Amino acid sequence: MSSQSKVIELDIIEAQYTQFLGKRYLFLLVLALITIALAGTAVTLGVIKLSIGQVYEAILHNFLPDQFQATEEAQRVVWNIRLPRILFGILAGMGLGIAGAVMQVVLKNPLASPYTLGISSAAGFGAAVAILLGQGFFGSYLIAGNAFVFALLSSMIIVAIARHKGATPEIMVLSGIAIMYFFSACTTLLEYFADSDAVKGVVFWMVGSLSKASWNELYVLCFVLAVCIPILVWKSWDFNVMSSGDETAKSLGIDVDRTRNLSMIISSLIVASIVAFTGTIGFIGLVAPHIARMVVGGDNKFVLPGSALLGGLLLAGADVVAQHIMPPVILPIGVMTAFMGIPLFFYLIMRRRKGYW
Amino acid sequence: MVLKVKDLVFAYSGVKILDRVSLELERSEVLGVIGPNGAGKSTLIRCMNRVLRPQSGKITLDGIDIRDMDRIDIARRMGYVPQASKNSFPATVFDTILMGRRPHGGWKSSSSDVKKALEVLKLVSLEDLAMRDFTELSGGQQQKVVLARALVQEAEVLLLDEPTSNLDIRQQLETMEIIRRLAKERGISALMAVHDLNLAARYADRIVMLKGGRVLDAGDPFSVLTAENIKAVYGVEAAVKEDDCRPYILPRGSVK
Repeated sequence: MSSQSKVIELDIIEAQYTQFLGKRYLFLLVLALITIALAGTAVTLGVIKLSIGQVYEAILHNFLPDQFQATEEAQRVVWNIRLPRILFGILAGMGLGIAGAVMQVVLKNPLASPYTLGISSAAGFGAAVAILLGQGFFGSYLIAGNAFVFALLSSMIIVAIARHKGATPEIMVLSGIAIMYFFSACTTLLEYFADSDAVKGVVFWMVGSLSKASWNELYVLCFVLAVCIPILVWKSWDFNVMSSGDETAKSLGIDVDRTRNLSMIISSLIVASIVAFTGTIGFIGLVAPHIARMVVGGDNKFVLPGSALLGGLLLAGADVVAQHIMPPVILPIGVMTAFMGIPLFFYLIMRRRKGYW
Repeated sequence: MVLKVKDLVFAYSGVKILDRVSLELERSEVLGVIGPNGAGKSTLIRCMNRVLRPQSGKITLDGIDIRDMDRIDIARRMGYVPQASKNSFPATVFDTILMGRRPHGGWKSSSSDVKKALEVLKLVSLEDLAMRDFTELSGGQQQKVVLARALVQEAEVLLLDEPTSNLDIRQQLETMEIIRRLAKERGISALMAVHDLNLAARYADRIVMLKGGRVLDAGDPFSVLTAENIKAVYGVEAAVKEDDCRPYILPRGSVK
């Protein structure tokens, strides 16, 4: 009798667990649908007035030129300006979101983000070198190329130090902070001796913008994300185990140092490919993972895709607001994400649950 | 013979924590490791599954040097219950237990992993906590979850670092009974560091007594848990009685 009641109880737990997983898959699905809806709406908004019908005819005209007619202007506005910008916003937000989630979990630090580890100031220095001195890598992509190389360089330094001294979260976070200050100081020094117009260019680059997005950048980012995101999601169970402590993770067969270094390199690669084209866009990588965790809990199988989708939604949403809040002026996206992100962040801090971070 | 430790030396920045420790763990055996704080019990356990790297000495599992094994192979064969466990991000009790299936699986848990985790959940009577958050539990409940995680690993060797330190008296006995039953019924070998001499006396087949990183004595509970040994190792005057064919220690006071 008693054994039978236990069996039923286990069935109930299994059903609860299945339902628990189901809700989380549903959350991801809903986020994906909202993202599509946002993209679908944003493409109809803009300074140049086009009706919804014109916009969608212009989109479909590219695939089925016979069935759908579109004006030259509508084609150009939709395909060359609006679509790449929206898609780039979504992809960049996804990349920043998932990179932030991974860095937080492998460094066991809720404050870790793509930027607290010096990647942004290194990228900023690379861009400043290109803008102020005209020196750098990759001819036509001078600024982006420089920013990319320096962003990766900063994370290589962190990983190199970690290899030498052991890949503990403390060593990585402290090295990251040191690198951040170092490159900020370098940039300041450059600006100090440069003329004011050029400095203005650096400042504009630093605040971040999606206006440079075109299909070429989009393809590059798409490729990077298509390679990196699956690797990170595939490692999500290892990340879960690692947040129970390095010793536990080792006892469960995980090569902790290697996993930590690998995930730092992959997430830095993602961030570097975004920052190079957009400049510094803050807060997405910090806030999106925390919101995701508040909804789905700590299982990285859901946190990582959730952070990516939320990041995409936040960044693309912020860009829509930045473009339309005081037309025809387009506010810098980096400012917008900070203005939208900080109140949200304070809200999260006020209502954070006990026991974590 | 399952696990063999020979002349193990481990030092932190020149200070020897373990000094030529040798011991053997047989199949189906429960081995208690006792000794005062700082005797090297936890360090010994963490060297055995290569969480720590000893400076010298050899550990073999069925004749294979564990230095020649992958981390994942070790994890399939040795389960580890740390003294304390801290989560830096939230996880449900059930997900925490499922982590024990990580050495056997791919990138996520399968339905057979879920079945096994459910069985262990029942074995340690944590059914009502399955969907709760690990960090919301009491220290004792957390300890049982961590034990469950090691059990679901289905390893043939269990390394337990004071598995009962946070448990009330009933749960201490239940946990020990589970470990003993697994040893006798499934041929699992368990090595556990224990502070409570009477628990060690009651549930261990053999006892290894450590002091200052050295093995002071090893053997069956009666031969190791003598008044002289207890005095030498702990500095405690104790009377050793017999109860239920096991030694029973009555501490009388610290040696002045």
